[in-house]
Amino acid sequence: MALSREQIAMRVAQEFKDGDYVNLGIGIPTLAANYVPNDIEVMLQSENGLLGMGPNPTEAELDADMINAGKETVTAITGASIFNSAESFAMIRGGHVDFTVLGAFEVDVFGNIASWMIPNKLIKGMGGAMDLVAGAKNIIVTMTHADKHGQSKLLAQCTLPLTGVNCITRIITDLAVLEILDGAFYLRERAPGVSIDEIKAKTAGKLVVPDNVPEMQV
Amino acid sequence: MAGFDKVVSSYAEAMAGLTDNMTVIAGGFGLCGIPEGLINQIKLMQTRGLTVVSNNCGVDDFGLGVLLVDKQIKKMISSYVGENALFEQQLLQGELEVELTPQGTLAEKMRAGGAGIPAFYTATGYGTPVGEGKESRQFNGRDYILEEAINGDFAIIKAYKADRYGNCIYRHTAQNFNPMAATAGKMTVVEVEHIVEPGEIPPSQIHTPGIYVDRVIQGSFEKRIERKVTAAATTRA
Repeated sequence: MALSREQIAMRVAQEFKDGDYVNLGIGIPTLAANYVPNDIEVMLQSENGLLGMGPNPTEAELDADMINAGKETVTAITGASIFNSAESFAMIRGGHVDFTVLGAFEVDVFGNIASWMIPNKLIKGMGGAMDLVAGAKNIIVTMTHADKHGQSKLLAQCTLPLTGVNCITRIITDLAVLEILDGAFYLRERAPGVSIDEIKAKTAGKLVVPDNVPEMQV
Repeated sequence: MAGFDKVVSSYAEAMAGLTDNMTVIAGGFGLCGIPEGLINQIKLMQTRGLTVVSNNCGVDDFGLGVLLVDKQIKKMISSYVGENALFEQQLLQGELEVELTPQGTLAEKMRAGGAGIPAFYTATGYGTPVGEGKESRQFNGRDYILEEAINGDFAIIKAYKADRYGNCIYRHTAQNFNPMAATAGKMTVVEVEHIVEPGEIPPSQIHTPGIYVDRVIQGSFEKRIERKVTAAATTRA
């Protein structure tokens, strides 16, 4: 069975190590904060200028001056710091943020990512996505393996305008965990009950399938 | 006004000198930390043909969005403009120009502008539409594009507190772009929640030193929340 959004988020959270600074994009990536294992600590970076983002506030804690990059009201954890946007992107571009998790429309075998613009549709802007993919040490893309018409999002070459080039190495989809290496997608794990044939059928770019592909633990 | 005292008593005085076709840099992220009263004053003045540099363009009826109503903005330089139906309409009708700029690049362009650095190289945007037509260069085997600094005729800033000399501190994430924007204006105007006497803010806690600030005005703020999300409404584990 394909993973739910929550299960993808659960699998993403397994990538984090104790002491990691992590930036989570809007959508599935944000959900990963709910599944950080209890025995490790990670600190969430929000690119508008907050390191140590906490949960959404209670009604009593609501503060118009405390928001995250998705413009939602949030709190700060003990040990958080708040800074200006240039400082925030110095952390990001300078490679100080350990992990970035973000969604995408397409990823290709060269590690290129398209996530911000569909020509001839309304273009809203890239926000911080281009800086994030240019800077983080490890980037995880989360997305469904295929779009709602069944078309693969893992391509030989991206067709949409890019967000970044040669920057993606790891993808977690509803069907699989893949690594990008030497111009191919390497299948590392598959969702419980999902066949290798289904993953092959829904991966348009070159796919390398090792002898042993374990099921994800979610 | 005497010496370093930068406090003005009216919005008209605060924005005096703003004329058509100027470039205005505005602090704020979403509706957080925006100079509400200064924006409303620009609307009142009906200044036109403006180039506005700000991460976002407010919402339809609040923040920079109010300047769209009478088509006062000619060009917007932003990283994300998706919150605004009027913006979309004017963009599609060709009445408004937009230069989409990655968020970190936008912050750095303001910082560079204020710091006397005309341009800088960044990996952000290389190989994407943002890098098209820009000079590129390799450093240590990696590709970078050259991005130019931004300066404004005016910078409009929201701070939490300023003293009469223009030394400012910001509150929480309302800091965002404000400190960089403050350095990049020929005329920098700060709207604050509290004006205090010099010395009340400890010198080492000042975010924006008064040297960058030309005018300070006591504001009154609505501080609207764009996306109110409370703990009860989420499904946190």
